[in-house]
Amino acid sequence: MRARGLPRGRRLALLAPFAWLIAFFAAPLAIVVKIALSRAATAQPPYEPTFDVQQGLAALLESASQLSLESFGVLFEDSIYLDSVLSSLRLAGLSTLLALLIAYPLALAIARAPQRWRPALVLLAIAPFWTSFLIRVYAWIAILKDEGLLNHALLALGVIGEPLRMFATEGAVVVGIVYSYLPFMVLPIFNAIDRQEPALVEAAMDLGATRAGAFWTVTFPLSRPGIVAGALLVFIPALGEFVIPDLLGGSDTLMIGRTLWNEFFANRDWPVASAAALALLALLLAPLIAFERAQMRREGAS
Amino acid sequence: MNAASALLQIEAARKSFGAVPAVDGVSLEIARGEFFALLGPSGCGKTTLMRMIAGFETLDGGRIVIDGVDVSAEPPHRRPVNMMFQSYALFPHMNVERNIAFGLHRQGMASGALAARVREMLRLVQMEAFAQRKPESLSGGQKARVALARALACRPKLLLLDEPLAALDRKLREETQFELRQVQADLGLSFLVVTHDQHEAMAMAQRMAVMRAGRIEQMGAPRTIYEAPETRWVADFIGETNLIEARVREVDAGAIMLDAAGGVHRVEAFAQAPAPGEAAAIAVRPERLIVSAAPGGPNEMQGVVHDSAFVGGVTQTRVRLSDGALLRVAQATGAAAPERGARVFVSYAPAAGRVLTR
Repeated sequence: MRARGLPRGRRLALLAPFAWLIAFFAAPLAIVVKIALSRAATAQPPYEPTFDVQQGLAALLESASQLSLESFGVLFEDSIYLDSVLSSLRLAGLSTLLALLIAYPLALAIARAPQRWRPALVLLAIAPFWTSFLIRVYAWIAILKDEGLLNHALLALGVIGEPLRMFATEGAVVVGIVYSYLPFMVLPIFNAIDRQEPALVEAAMDLGATRAGAFWTVTFPLSRPGIVAGALLVFIPALGEFVIPDLLGGSDTLMIGRTLWNEFFANRDWPVASAAALALLALLLAPLIAFERAQMRREGAS
Repeated sequence: MNAASALLQIEAARKSFGAVPAVDGVSLEIARGEFFALLGPSGCGKTTLMRMIAGFETLDGGRIVIDGVDVSAEPPHRRPVNMMFQSYALFPHMNVERNIAFGLHRQGMASGALAARVREMLRLVQMEAFAQRKPESLSGGQKARVALARALACRPKLLLLDEPLAALDRKLREETQFELRQVQADLGLSFLVVTHDQHEAMAMAQRMAVMRAGRIEQMGAPRTIYEAPETRWVADFIGETNLIEARVREVDAGAIMLDAAGGVHRVEAFAQAPAPGEAAAIAVRPERLIVSAAPGGPNEMQGVVHDSAFVGGVTQTRVRLSDGALLRVAQATGAAAPERGARVFVSYAPAAGRVLTR
């Protein structure tokens, strides 16, 4: 970035977002890195060494020399971390796929609805956000539990003879994630379809494509950026999700968010928890950077 | 033209959107190898009629027959017509080559024949060097060429062109007009072009239909429509025209005598045989009016020069008559331009006027 030659006001205006990033992203990240490099201790805070600026530079250097990568080693020694990550990847991936399968037809229907209906339909798609996330997840407990709404309904209809075990399973977690993050999938896909010129589908049909053919050769490929954006918006938060597996999952539902929580609050092992959080961050950044790269390549080609 | 030689027959086609009739009983025929234009102001139903031919709009009544087959109920992909869209509607995710090949792929053409056809089309529109480019990197004129090549690739019996030149600047538009005409003549295909631009229609079409409010107001060769409009509306819409309000006094064998602009006018041509006493308009093109400082011309009217403008080859003068009407006169530049406020005499030959009663 070339800040030189800019008027002072503009330079200050550029500084503001940097200050924001440093204060609320870089600094906390540095603290987490530092904790990850420390060792757990029965103290307050529950790790050592702690840096005390008042004791002078020599003491600071002495403290710094005590930092180690030990906590990162623990991540590989105990299989629970790898298992949690793999299980998280599996559940988040499955949820993203299901969300895509539900969201795509929904987004297509909204985009193809008469012009005057569209704003209202978009509003309906994001309406659930007006209620607290927590309450909506709790509501799923009432629906899925053994003596819940769904089991009652199925029993009453005679579809099943005895209550199904739905609550406290991985399935319940997936349902919860799909339900909670669906609008994040619908909106970018809707946007990608809505932006397409309607004449494109007509041109395809004019050139001999059936309605379905026009969809697969034109509409769908052109909505791919929306699918990628939606998938990232669902997959990334789902991967680190804590509330949904905690409320809807069983004791055997492994997800990395939950493992982190246990590490922090049950085991009070902040260094290992921090190391796990950093490893997760690295894991999440890799696909994001790949996506950015691909995006830039596409724009560079045009 | 008899029905057997007609490629496209439209019989009493009707289409309404809600209570508003967009196409209100239109019948027309287009011959094999004919370049036909649908001309009219926006909202006249010309685009709807074209979309009905392509299959994007269903008919409320009437039928559309292409090459002897009633296609009224066929979906777009089963009609032997292709369309060049106003926005060109090129597929942005495909390069030029794949855009042109799209229709051929749908037909399941073998890859060897397909590649040959695509090359042929690229050559036809002189876009060989751009085969691998994406549409977004093409200029407006290049996009138009690709759109034309894509629509022609499947060898349609009839090519529909929806305002094909509207997105181009004036110079390019004129060049492309002649190229379209050339391509049509070379391939011997029927072209149906929809446009609101009368110059475009007249420059390209062999025959045209002037549409107004869902109906065909007049159909014929461009020159005939220009020289012999049948209604006031057509006379006014096609080219510039002076409509002089008049009342029929007498109808002779060779001429009509009318009371107009404070005098008696003798006019030789008419669209519909008028009756004495009937209200009529005398249509005279600006270039057929003669301005003179001295009296003595036929069908003379007195007036004052309102203003005068030099526009290249001609000088346009507006003359205010004593009854308040403004006449537009176009004179070849060279003669001394009349001064503003000067008293002048405007006249026209009996053969230059045309009596319109509708």
